[in-house]
Amino acid sequence: MTAQRVMGVALLVAALVAPWFAYPIFLMTALCFALFACAFNLLLGYVGLMSFGHAMFFGISGYFFGHVVKAWGMAPELGILAGVAGAAVLGAVTGALAIRRQGIYFAMITLAFAQMIYFICIQAPFTGGEDGLQGIVRKPLLGGLIPTKDDRVLYYVVLAIFLFGYGTIYRIIHSPFGQVLKAIRDNEQRAVSLGYEADRYKLLAFVLSAALAGLAGATKAMVLQFATLTDVSAAMSGEVVLMALVGGLGTIIGPVVGAFIIITMQNYLAAAGEFVLVIQGMIFVVIVMAFRKGLVGELADWWKSRRPAG
Amino acid sequence: MFELLGIPPQALFGQLLLGLINGAFYAMLSLGLAVIFGMLNVINFTHGAQYMMGAFAAWLMLTILDIPFWVALVLAPLVVGLFGVVLEKVMLKRIYHLDHLYGFLLTFGLALVIEGLFQWKWGSSGAPYPSPIPGGTNLGFMFLPTYRGFVVVAALVICLATWYGIERTRLGAYLRAATENPTLVRAFGINVPRLITLTYGLGVGLAALAGVLAAPIQQVSALMGTNLVLVVFAVVVIGGMGSIMGSIVTGFGLGLVEGLTKVFYPPASNTVIFVVMAIVLLVKPAGLFGQTK
Repeated sequence: MTAQRVMGVALLVAALVAPWFAYPIFLMTALCFALFACAFNLLLGYVGLMSFGHAMFFGISGYFFGHVVKAWGMAPELGILAGVAGAAVLGAVTGALAIRRQGIYFAMITLAFAQMIYFICIQAPFTGGEDGLQGIVRKPLLGGLIPTKDDRVLYYVVLAIFLFGYGTIYRIIHSPFGQVLKAIRDNEQRAVSLGYEADRYKLLAFVLSAALAGLAGATKAMVLQFATLTDVSAAMSGEVVLMALVGGLGTIIGPVVGAFIIITMQNYLAAAGEFVLVIQGMIFVVIVMAFRKGLVGELADWWKSRRPAG
Repeated sequence: MFELLGIPPQALFGQLLLGLINGAFYAMLSLGLAVIFGMLNVINFTHGAQYMMGAFAAWLMLTILDIPFWVALVLAPLVVGLFGVVLEKVMLKRIYHLDHLYGFLLTFGLALVIEGLFQWKWGSSGAPYPSPIPGGTNLGFMFLPTYRGFVVVAALVICLATWYGIERTRLGAYLRAATENPTLVRAFGINVPRLITLTYGLGVGLAALAGVLAAPIQQVSALMGTNLVLVVFAVVVIGGMGSIMGSIVTGFGLGLVEGLTKVFYPPASNTVIFVVMAIVLLVKPAGLFGQTK
């Protein structure tokens, strides 16, 4: 327990001084994706629901943020709220339909709905079609108290948003509600026989996960000042799965680690073009064939095996 | 009647034919997915990439080796099917005991690798494939390009042959039995692992065959199967994977629905299949031809 605490404090300190050692935009992007991956992992790792369409929440929220801030000229806080609310509503609708089927069908249904949202985003007037929404001006937060033009200042805002999202997920997992979710993951029939309405729990978890993915998407649009079709595409849905998988499903810190690894990799390999996809595909293959627990999961196992129980 | 609806018959029948052709591809691909899922318990995400490989195989055979379309129609599915057999032997075989999820993820990763490599080698803009039967007939109410008519008929024949093979032959009976209870079938002295390998090869070959048929209609490009496979997933959810005939009927039916939408309300033509999926999930969650399990 203490070892975990020490590590947590060390990570927090590292996060606080990070913008003086690394490029803040990179850090902020990575934090947004880390939150996105954590939101995805809340479903797959703790409820056993594999959503292969999470990009729809991430992407649509970015568009909502952009539209509220750019076209309506409102405050960024309202833009983020609109994004989260939009993602939650979309999550409620698609989730209610998708949980009517089990297992691998669930993945296919969420994937299909995400594709539908993608097609809608190409055609709908408020998304800017192929161009997306460009040049969303960064406005000060809290009515002018926090200037966001400076990347380092904005970094702390994004870090606060990330910690809020991460803390929410931590609370959800360690609450009685989270216990029921894990019970459903491990044995749905038994949970039902104990009187839990599994479908209602699943739907609530799905909506929460969608809203948190939306929080990540809106924040990313605020940082990078644009929202494009890439964020709603099936490739993005696959990317978030990869991040959670690389870090370790069902570990709370795993998706954060996975997101940083994948974003770093994309940063360094940006020049490789199509090869980024090939490498991502290979990582999928290697992990499924050999390291299904992910980096954090394997490390935790190694740690445990080193020091036998006691 | 047509004047009443304000739709010229040429437009209506033209779109219906297009819908029928799209439906033919939906049917062939969802059929392959259903056959593979029944036997391997794996949703083959690589299906779109294998469809693309079929088209590419035919195109390469034509441009490099001068092999005509009709030979490629047989040869390309064999080559790609063989590739599938190797894939099954080397990778898929090792994950059957795991959750369905891992098969999905593995084949997704493989699709990324394959499509990425093809894109790297040949770029993402398409290459044209000359129509093997140029020309067409004027039917009075519409113009029918001969090759497109051929595709619809060929797809129907392929689908029905697959149905016959699985539902009416001895090998098909083994296959169905092994899907139900592999241990028992093994006890009768049938080599079930080989049967599984062959099934995957067959499903992949079907995807490649669809790809060869698509080559003269579409451009041959690395990403031609990427979006298609997502639509086919929706088709599979709508039809349910329980029945072979169900896949065929659903595939062709949805193609027609898409064609009709293009005539009456074009902006929705991309999304109509997903809307149908939402409705089916509301009304009959197990799918039109599926059994609840």
